Amino acid sequence: MERQITNFIRALRSSDVQVSTGEALDAARAVKLVGYSDRQFLKDSLGCVLAKSPTEKQTFDTLFDLYFSRPQDKAPDEEDGTTSEDSPDAEVGDPVSLVESGDEGAMSVAIERAAEAAGVDEIRFSTQVAYFAQQMVRQMGGERLQARLLEALQGRGPDAEAEANRLIDIRRELTLRARERAEKAFDVFGAGQTQQFRDDYAASKSLSAIDRVDMERMKRLIAKVAKRLAVKHSRRRRKKNRGQLDVRRTMRANAGLDGVPFNVIWRQKRRDRPKIVVICDVSGSVAQYVRFLLLLLWSMKDEVPDIHAFAFSHRLGAVDETLENRDFETAMAQILREYGMGSTSYGQAWSDMKVSHESVIDRRTTIMVLGDARSNYGDPRIDLFREFAGRAKRVIWLNPEGPALWGTGDSVLLRYRPFCAQVSHVATLKDLERAVDEVLSAYS
Amino acid sequence: MAKDLHTGYEALTSVDAISAGLEGVGYISTRQISTAVFLAHGLRKPILIEGPAGVGKTDLAASMARWLDVPLLRLQCYEGLDEGKALYEWKYGKQLLYTQILKEKLNDVIGDAPTLEASLGKLSSFEDLFFSEQFLESRPLLTAMQQPAGSVLLIDEIDKSDEEFEAFLLEVLSDYQVTVPEIGTIRANVPPVVILTSNNVRELGDALKRRCLHLHIGFPDHARERRIVRARVDGISDALLDQLVGFVQSVREVDIKKRPSIAETVDWARTLLLLHAGTLDETFVRDTLNVLLKHESDIAAISPDIPKLLRESSKTRPGERSASGYPALD
Repeated sequence: MERQITNFIRALRSSDVQVSTGEALDAARAVKLVGYSDRQFLKDSLGCVLAKSPTEKQTFDTLFDLYFSRPQDKAPDEEDGTTSEDSPDAEVGDPVSLVESGDEGAMSVAIERAAEAAGVDEIRFSTQVAYFAQQMVRQMGGERLQARLLEALQGRGPDAEAEANRLIDIRRELTLRARERAEKAFDVFGAGQTQQFRDDYAASKSLSAIDRVDMERMKRLIAKVAKRLAVKHSRRRRKKNRGQLDVRRTMRANAGLDGVPFNVIWRQKRRDRPKIVVICDVSGSVAQYVRFLLLLLWSMKDEVPDIHAFAFSHRLGAVDETLENRDFETAMAQILREYGMGSTSYGQAWSDMKVSHESVIDRRTTIMVLGDARSNYGDPRIDLFREFAGRAKRVIWLNPEGPALWGTGDSVLLRYRPFCAQVSHVATLKDLERAVDEVLSAYS
Repeated sequence: MAKDLHTGYEALTSVDAISAGLEGVGYISTRQISTAVFLAHGLRKPILIEGPAGVGKTDLAASMARWLDVPLLRLQCYEGLDEGKALYEWKYGKQLLYTQILKEKLNDVIGDAPTLEASLGKLSSFEDLFFSEQFLESRPLLTAMQQPAGSVLLIDEIDKSDEEFEAFLLEVLSDYQVTVPEIGTIRANVPPVVILTSNNVRELGDALKRRCLHLHIGFPDHARERRIVRARVDGISDALLDQLVGFVQSVREVDIKKRPSIAETVDWARTLLLLHAGTLDETFVRDTLNVLLKHESDIAAISPDIPKLLRESSKTRPGERSASGYPALD
């Protein structure tokens, strides 16, 4: 019984469901309480104990069905507590008679036993299926089968040939069954890890190289990142300043108690809510990065309600409303259509900003500029940029180009740089996460 | 552990008994809800209930208390809730008053003591006077621990409280005991059945989640909603009930801001009954839609589709659809 549950928990863990030791113990106690007899009851009970969120519940449901759909013939009876696993007949039976007998029960027992011996449940990647299947066949007496097959092949005459064909069929049958079992094991134990691996890979892949196929994955990842950041920073904002006594308020609060300070009030530090102004260059080369940055920021809208986004290549305009009212993909397409044409001019963008949107920048604002600072040799309007930087809390510049390219050709990044609190190279989702984290940290 | 598994709450013997018992007090349970209650009792763990507003999370606790005939202690969480409000507090005012009154008596007590040590000795024999149960104001958590026959402790909207409060709850929830430094540890004789609810305003800490059984209550399917309305609203006709529930179920499938939950369905049923509506027709729906939908934009989104939704809902057969986007209940 214990084995069934621990294995299942291992499967859950590999699929990104966090199960602590305490929960594992609870699961065992729950099983003791409800028994194995009613599958649905067991599922509900374990679901209660092990899955802690709707997404985990989904994973749990899929895995439960996968895991417990395996042949249960050898599942030990939990009532009397005896386990049939350690029964003495560990001797491997003859694979030929096993297949030919057509006894499904015996077959599944043999398969399960071979799987156990070959350690199939250790499977991590789909490429391992063939290897494990082979190991299983070996465990079931594959070598002896092979020897007999060789012998038959060397013999002459129709009898020997028929025998050889028969053995080949049996071997094929065995391999097929083993493969099936190994694939199932992969679904249960390996699929989650492969997913994890792919996620890690996508997160460290250059954003410009993300293809359409991976878009969905990226969206999921960004949602995850947004949640992580939100949790982190919401926690920080709640912290109070416990060090200093607020004498005035303490006295007032205790006036009714004859001035005896029963209720002590501590001085609190006021914290600004984050206020972010994102200014995005949406010309061709940078557009892809803008997409991800905006998606990330918009996923955090609950945490950081005060975001203003501006897009420009030649002329600059506010895009909040577009992002607010349409679904993200449509909004993005519209923004690119509206602002993506025309030759990039940072100077023009700053002067548009100054004329129409200057009021959004105040001393609480962090300005995030996303762009490569390639201004087609136009006037970069350093004066305006300096003014913004002076007015805002800080300016952070995110550049998709690597540091080696800064200042080369028509790039004027080095001239903007003195006014920025930070200039970073963002190429991957991880970089983006770090940059946004950095911005939010400044508010705590 | 096994020995205290069956202290108190004799009624919680099986899942079926729980379902039947809850139905007896007007709460239509599902197999999953009953299983969670059963396990909560069997494993001595709190249940953390999540789900949209108005699907009967709080009501489960109230119904449990009614059914088991034990007191319901409710702790509504909010930002800034602290130990003093949740656990216990000393009655400062009373203590102050008593010290003033007893000032005179103090002289009698130590009056004849020759030395400082002697008077201190006399005083210390009374030291527990002002920190005794008499001056202890017990709040919901402590009260729940003190109930001789057990209780249902409802910690409502735990997600609204602060992180610190969540951490503080851990001792209470895992050991069912409360430590008052001046008095000692107060241990629950019969541990309360603890139900926490959350609307997912913020992500709860892992430590708390780990200590709880997790139960998600989503929107009910047609059959269950029908039974709930039938249990809650007296004298509603079968035809109207079918139509009404069907309509609500269809509305839930539309992408709107706030999907109507059971509470709204029940309110709506009562409204229609009050207006003597025999069947659901377009004008009735249009006039009373504000009972069902709580946002102006939602009403505007649904209004043009009313005839279509009405047609659909009358075709719906019970049990065929479940509310989309949430795990099916059965």
